[in-house]
Amino acid sequence: MLGKTAGGLFWMSRYLERAENAARLLETGQRMALTRTNNSAEEWGSVLKTAGVLDGYLAKYDEVAKDNAIDWMLRDADNPSSIRSVIKLARDNARLVRTALTHDVWSAVNSTWMQIDEGMKRRVNERDLPGTLELIRQQAALVRGATLGTMLRNDIFDFTRIGTFVERADNTGRILDVKYYVLLPTAFSVGSSLDNIQWESILRSVGAGGGYRMTHGQKTRPSDIAQFLILDQRMPRSLHFCCRKIQENLSYLKKDYGFAGPSCEASNTLFEKYLDLRISDVFESGLHEYIQDFLTDLGNLSRQIEIDYRFYE
Amino acid sequence: MSEFFDEMFNGDGSLRGPYEEIGRWFNTEDASRLRAKQREAEEVFRLTGITFNVYGKAEAEERLIPFDIVPRVISAREWQRLERGIEQRVRAINAFLHDIYHRQEIVRAGRVPAEMIAGNEAFLPQMLGVSPPGQVYTHIVGVDLVRTGPDEFFVLEDNARTPSGVSYMLENRETMLKMFPELFSATNVRNVSDYPRNLRRSLAACAPACADGEPTVALLTPGIYNSAYYEHAFLADQMAVELVEGHDLRVVDGRVCMRTTRGYTPIDVLYRRVDDGFLDPLNFDPDSALGVPGILDVYRAGGITIANAPGTGIADDKAIYSYMPEIVEFYTGEKPLLQNVPTWRCSDPESLSFVLDNLSDLVVKEVHGSGGYGMLIGPTANKKEISAFRAKLKLRPANYIAQPTLSLSTVPIFSRSGLAPRHVDLRPFVLVSPEGINITPGGLTRVALKKGSLVVNSSQGGGTKDTWVLED
Repeated sequence: MLGKTAGGLFWMSRYLERAENAARLLETGQRMALTRTNNSAEEWGSVLKTAGVLDGYLAKYDEVAKDNAIDWMLRDADNPSSIRSVIKLARDNARLVRTALTHDVWSAVNSTWMQIDEGMKRRVNERDLPGTLELIRQQAALVRGATLGTMLRNDIFDFTRIGTFVERADNTGRILDVKYYVLLPTAFSVGSSLDNIQWESILRSVGAGGGYRMTHGQKTRPSDIAQFLILDQRMPRSLHFCCRKIQENLSYLKKDYGFAGPSCEASNTLFEKYLDLRISDVFESGLHEYIQDFLTDLGNLSRQIEIDYRFYE
Repeated sequence: MSEFFDEMFNGDGSLRGPYEEIGRWFNTEDASRLRAKQREAEEVFRLTGITFNVYGKAEAEERLIPFDIVPRVISAREWQRLERGIEQRVRAINAFLHDIYHRQEIVRAGRVPAEMIAGNEAFLPQMLGVSPPGQVYTHIVGVDLVRTGPDEFFVLEDNARTPSGVSYMLENRETMLKMFPELFSATNVRNVSDYPRNLRRSLAACAPACADGEPTVALLTPGIYNSAYYEHAFLADQMAVELVEGHDLRVVDGRVCMRTTRGYTPIDVLYRRVDDGFLDPLNFDPDSALGVPGILDVYRAGGITIANAPGTGIADDKAIYSYMPEIVEFYTGEKPLLQNVPTWRCSDPESLSFVLDNLSDLVVKEVHGSGGYGMLIGPTANKKEISAFRAKLKLRPANYIAQPTLSLSTVPIFSRSGLAPRHVDLRPFVLVSPEGINITPGGLTRVALKKGSLVVNSSQGGGTKDTWVLED
């Protein structure tokens, strides 16, 4: 396979995953803004920050306001990480690697772009926002279904999966990075209704409300939430789950190619260093530092993968 | 009575032979169902991404080429005649290219003037003395044919560089098979779907001597913003070969290699869809980011086959076109089976003055132009356009040729008001290898959708039809 093709598959999946995550963040933000009467600006600021688009937003707008924040995240062409921009990039990458994709995967990606492009010609008003976000989630599910159902399990599939899980780990990490203070066991968090809303919004932003209840029951406790998002082995958006998948797929490539670059070892190190431990260890060493170090190491691993498999010249 | 030959209906409204089945079928079909099918077809095209990019428009604007559901039908007898004529012409083109890059016998014999060769932009001095593997220059040719009567076919243009459109031939057929399976059960239509397999085989048969085992073929595209990118990806996919861009390639140890996830792998045959000038920044345009530095040196040393060979453009140059009857006779010793359209070379003063006097009746084309850009269609042009063109023509006469306005045949399209005749042309696709010449029974039928229009180019609002060659 061409190095460029591996890179195209990796980035196509990253961008699709990013679009889906952004849609979920927007959904959560919108809900928070509706349930809380005060300080919705702060909430939207935190949504923008989690999506990594706050600086760009503030370069364009003077203050954080709901409508502008939604538009910035949804469809602003000046925002390279807006959902529309990211789906365009995913589709461009899919065109680049068209020969590596099945017809089903390609048409799923292409129809995603066609519908998003059509639906986002004008500002999306609040009333239509849930429908638009639902569309994005459905299309993401369609692409995922076509990928799992029609693609050969070869190196093409491996790079697709690696892209998905690098992006997903990064997203879960960012949510924790922005909201870590809510999860700290301080004297103030006594389970007030305000805390409950915050905690639930964290779960909601990774689409894990139901999964959490199944695992931990009705009671929402910050340390259980941290455990669930970081170390749970069955929760498909936990850091543990994502890093395990990255590790596995890199090992398939190693087996397939008969060689491995430094990234394969780096994925093992990442796992041992951050995920082969208990949640109490994480809190002891400091949740915030833990997350920040994790995100840095994950970024380095991603760059090493790009080098090892010759994505670029 | 129409002044144009219609391929479906005789003057008295009865069906011509090859269209009997289609006509019967059409009469039993409900118009609203057909309209729904037509929309369905366009939806499939859009979803599959069978689009082309329009140059000079906003970033990457992608458009559909309109598809018409009424097939264009060619009888077995008509096709046999065309096939013989095309094969003769393509052989002559390859012999001509070999000759002008070697001894130039045709110039010595005084049949083609020396300045037509040496002074031609498409002539590549770097190719002098180079013999491509299998002596094949034009691995893929698209011959543009027009028809003016039951037995009158003319060659309008030879596409010997990088002919495009074959993906439409294949996708149009797929679409028709899906939409109207019953039609194919009732008629004996020859298959076109072998084309990608034949193409790969034909390219592999031209591998250089250094190729080890099954030759590695790759397709070189300018990238996703190129107008024909869909076709490049489609063909690479169907042939199961890598689709590469210039930045995927580099010269390693005297071979052109592609950067794979496992390292650099040599390519034996490169089907390039990049023009000569962009192929090699060291040998041609130094600013080109589309090509591979040093590929021409590897080529000359026999390290890779480039298809079509560099420098083949001279054979489809419109000024050379006017010499095609001489060229065919010179190399085959036979009279040409397919006729050229009469052509005035404006470089010749007598022809020029005739052309200037008759601009409103003629079609004037740029010698190096393509895609229907930069041409004048006298009968439909207004006074202002004609006088503007007259000035251009006087300034650089050698840059133009002129031809009479042909009465192109028509085939009906399914329009809002039912069947309506529209002008068509035909581009069959020809593969050349040491194993022989292979002509796919069918081709790309382009149709001018605007009533009365003679311009079929997709960049100028033309559409396409499925092309049926009937079995005997």
